[in-house]
Amino acid sequence: MRVTLITGGNGGLGLATAHRFLQDPESRVWLGVRSHRERAEALRAEHPERCSLVSLEVTEPAAWKDAVASILAACGQLDVLVNNAGTHDDALLGTMSPDVWSRVVSTNLDSVFHGCQAVLPTLISQRRGRIVNVSSLSALLAPAGQTNYAAAKAGVIALTQSLAKEVARLQITVNAVCPGYIDTEALSKMPPEKRSAMVGQIPARRLGRPEEVAAAIHFLASPEASYITGSVLKVDGGIL
Amino acid sequence: MHETSAELRDQIRALMVETLMLQVTAAEIGDDQPLFGPDSLGLDSVDALQLVVALDKNFGLKVSDQDTARKVLASVNSIANAVAAHTKPA
Repeated sequence: MRVTLITGGNGGLGLATAHRFLQDPESRVWLGVRSHRERAEALRAEHPERCSLVSLEVTEPAAWKDAVASILAACGQLDVLVNNAGTHDDALLGTMSPDVWSRVVSTNLDSVFHGCQAVLPTLISQRRGRIVNVSSLSALLAPAGQTNYAAAKAGVIALTQSLAKEVARLQITVNAVCPGYIDTEALSKMPPEKRSAMVGQIPARRLGRPEEVAAAIHFLASPEASYITGSVLKVDGGIL
Repeated sequence: MHETSAELRDQIRALMVETLMLQVTAAEIGDDQPLFGPDSLGLDSVDALQLVVALDKNFGLKVSDQDTARKVLASVNSIANAVAAHTKPA
């Protein structure tokens, strides 16, 4: 059995990642969710034996502690953490309120810190583990209007690389993926002309699919990726 | 300071050797030998992290901040004292 916790479990990328992990018959997946959990519930209904939901407010250390305790009580182990939960609230810095800054940084970056800290004792005890952090192309190619999001996601990369060095000799790997423009619900609300302009910037001439990011996450979390740590894998159709 | 038994100190030495995969035997680690720094057993910060996890798992001893860690993880004796204080409240 291989037990994976995926945060942001009701979102497009979280669900695609869960689908990919559930293709492995030995995989047991826990989806970290908040109040919106309809799609995660549907996935659990498809895989009642191998997919579970756990309430998880990723910015709250106590919630992480409870979630990890629930998983360990049920499964006795936790092998993989995918820090996928995130949010954005774009504004030019000159008009961005401190609250918007803090909320976006907290959800995208503090959450990764809390998550890693919550699972680390278990991974250290097991002397094995995988952490995959979902950063963003915005961390590498920061667009205007995303100072909060880009800074937080760049912080995720730095955290990933630093933690990877701390725990490398314990057979724990820590890596990041940087999705580019992915066809999720966030982009579906975009006006068609803006969407076309965006696709025009992508050398692959199309948006990425959530399952293409999920495949990268799944690989980095696999036993085959045992010598890859501190890496940042772009999944962006060649933009950068 | 709590009185600690030779058995507890041996248990801690064995735990260290096994958890940290040390290249020395338990018998070679002195009660007061420094674990970190010059002329010490040569442990580093990753060893400290593993020791903190192992002490929690094996004795329920929680070392939650760096200052406490520095004091508790100084030697086998200091660890034994902390474990004894935790398991036998004064």
